[in-house]
Amino acid sequence: MNAGGYHFILSAGIVISPTAGKSRMAENEVSVLIGGRAGDGISSTGQIIAHLLAQVGYRVYMHFDYPSLIKGGHNFAIVRAAEGDIGAVRSKVDFILALNQETIDLHIQRLNTGGVIIHDSRKVKSTEGIGVPLREILTEEKATPVMGNSAIIGAFIRAAKIDWDLAATVLKKSMPKGTEQNLRVARRGYDVSEERHAVHRTGKSVFPVMTGNEAISIGLIEGDLELYFSYPMSPTSNILHFLAGYADELKIRVIQPESEIAVILMALGCAYAGSKAAIGTSGGGFCLMTEALGLSGIAELPIVIILGQRTGPSTGLATYTAQSELHFALHAGQGEFPRLVIAPGDAAEARFWSRTAMDLAWKYQLPAILLPDRLICEGLYSMEPGLGVRFQAGPVPGDPGVHPYLRYAHSDSGISPLRFPPVKGEIIRVNSHVHDIDGLTTEDPRVTREMADKRRKKMDGLLTEIEGMSPVSIGGVPDATTAILCWGSGKGICEELGKKRGFRVVRPVVLWPFPEKAFARAMGEVDRFFSVETNESGQLADLVSRFGYSAAGKILKYDGRAFMVDELEEESETVIQ
Amino acid sequence: MNGNELISTAKNTWCPGCGNFIIQHALKDVLTDMAAEGFPLENVVLVAGIGQHGKMFDFLNLNGFYSLHGRTIPAATGIRLANPGLKVICITGDGDSYAEGLDHLIFGAKRNLDITVLLHDNRVYGLTTGQFTPTSPYGFRGHSTPTGAKEYPFNPLELLLGSGAGFIARGYTHKHEQLKRLIREALQHKGFSFVDILQICATYNDMTGYYDARIFDWDESDAGIYNAAYGKAREWDYNTDARIGLGIMYRRTAPIFEENYPVPEPLSPEKRSEWVKHFMEERA
Repeated sequence: MNAGGYHFILSAGIVISPTAGKSRMAENEVSVLIGGRAGDGISSTGQIIAHLLAQVGYRVYMHFDYPSLIKGGHNFAIVRAAEGDIGAVRSKVDFILALNQETIDLHIQRLNTGGVIIHDSRKVKSTEGIGVPLREILTEEKATPVMGNSAIIGAFIRAAKIDWDLAATVLKKSMPKGTEQNLRVARRGYDVSEERHAVHRTGKSVFPVMTGNEAISIGLIEGDLELYFSYPMSPTSNILHFLAGYADELKIRVIQPESEIAVILMALGCAYAGSKAAIGTSGGGFCLMTEALGLSGIAELPIVIILGQRTGPSTGLATYTAQSELHFALHAGQGEFPRLVIAPGDAAEARFWSRTAMDLAWKYQLPAILLPDRLICEGLYSMEPGLGVRFQAGPVPGDPGVHPYLRYAHSDSGISPLRFPPVKGEIIRVNSHVHDIDGLTTEDPRVTREMADKRRKKMDGLLTEIEGMSPVSIGGVPDATTAILCWGSGKGICEELGKKRGFRVVRPVVLWPFPEKAFARAMGEVDRFFSVETNESGQLADLVSRFGYSAAGKILKYDGRAFMVDELEEESETVIQ
Repeated sequence: MNGNELISTAKNTWCPGCGNFIIQHALKDVLTDMAAEGFPLENVVLVAGIGQHGKMFDFLNLNGFYSLHGRTIPAATGIRLANPGLKVICITGDGDSYAEGLDHLIFGAKRNLDITVLLHDNRVYGLTTGQFTPTSPYGFRGHSTPTGAKEYPFNPLELLLGSGAGFIARGYTHKHEQLKRLIREALQHKGFSFVDILQICATYNDMTGYYDARIFDWDESDAGIYNAAYGKAREWDYNTDARIGLGIMYRRTAPIFEENYPVPEPLSPEKRSEWVKHFMEERA
């Protein structure tokens, strides 16, 4: 995207010219862009806008775009609200809330015909739209500069014809500090504004709004998390912050070790001694963890790893997205060992699968990798609040009557009952080497093979269990014979595309062990399919090709940015005819 | 109990004359005595790294976590966080914790984690058949340095002292009785206790004569004084010819890491569900 030319590169070779956008407000959908400098509170302002729109009965999704720096630079958030479930934004918006001129320069081409600009009248040279005299308001209200955002929000509330009293309840909840002053500032913004684009109440129930990282944290808590270890890294740092913030009331412990290597080893130490731990990182940190991933595999120490994907390789783009760790998650580590890999598609799935990952990791004593991407981690979602049915599985306990206790005892399922030190009269050993049933190191060829078979057997049970858990989602137009194949955050964007253009959407949620039966059912009578992924090669298309499914084409985006609904629709018209 | 019960039936594969036998039996004797005094040995967990030292995991009948190369201390940290009632002993080596996992050693000391680290310092890689280590002297001739190592060793005692370790000692595998005392006192120390054990490698680096001619016992009466300890640490730099002090170099007690993270009484599943429900309501 560039400010002067008004065009954006969608993906390799595809350039979309600006077209006059038509507001979708008639379809009861509204999009709001908030822009300013890093440090201006763009994300929190976006969250308040999202909460406001949620409060009038919309399902919301917010995408926050920010460079990897603390102050300065351009930040923007797009909040989209619609009556139906959404998990993606459009490039076109109905409102632009501009805290500086740069926001207008960069994003004016996104504004739909009839759209509204709300801006700081001193910083933005615009004769159009609604100017809010922030400096005057702040001076008169003796407020700090960051409260200027409240005046902009107030102006938006009026412009969108949202009931002031209803809005005030959202503002009070969202701004626990300086609440009264913020409300006064917001009201001043409201008073200088005018009704432009009424956002009508939908009459639907209000869903809670939260980020994918928060949903993951909740899922881990529901999965009986006891300890969380993480070395800070985008896009999962906010799980660390969230859990640390609530650690005391949740009776959990949150530790920041010296490196990702220490992170995973500490969690495996906990597992040995019987405490449920999870860890969070991104691709770079996961690189450091891979040796210990194999330790989890061979020593059969349960662990849940949140691997939040960002643009790679190497340091890549620290704060932008990609779905490029699928192959890495499937194959990381030397040797062969069982693992569970799950890619949730939104916040609700992130919550469900985080807690299920805890259950399954402990039942089968293996590493479970949750593979969201930056869009899910840091995206803000409306989430169905129901508590859902807890997946009932847990560790297989050792029988105190059996002596001697053998940590790696054989069983039909390959699962050895678990006991934790100290147990009087028993010795409990876990081992990174090939070992016998007692955990003692061995190089015996027969034992080597038997132990490999034992570990692999666990995958058979896990796969059977997974196949019964709707591991492959079927959406869009379910009986269409042309399908879109996607994963993870592709859910939101592809569901919309599928419904609009009449495609089935097939989305494996569990990626390993690959749910071949569920996938075959999902693909029944599909005569051609196209994969939509944010990576260079089409990693999911590669994975399904191993099972005999060949994509007719791929729509790939690898510039660190999300697919946008309208852009993908246009591109799909070129690729899928 | 009979100490021999602590020796496992696993076939021992150390070279004849290896210093590891001395360390194994010293630890066995100390634990046997502790058991006789009522200490429950099921509370002991050995965390072993990778190297010849690591075979202690197989050769001793104790709970154990056979970790990755360099990674004893973070595993031990997790074990202690999960259950601070466990007595965790890290068995590690100069390749394991001075090279591959040095960061964890420093952080274990920094945090004053309540574990005992027995570092088998034979100053050569035995398992990989004879390369130099971080404590090998300058000019050490090994398979990877046929013309002599081109880097100087670091001084682990100075490093540990600077990192915050509360108990630092140096032992020697030809001083069995002293080694037993050092291990015993290390196990009794509350906090991070560290014993650098000068260990004979009979095959690749037999320094018996060298050590025997230079060792002496430290006066431990000033072990609580940091500057005195610093002076002792600096007497020998693991490279230049000097007298080699043995014994407890430094000892002080301080609050331990685990006390800042006590094991909480977990919330019941019902309480967790209530918390989640409340959180959701706040966000709606």
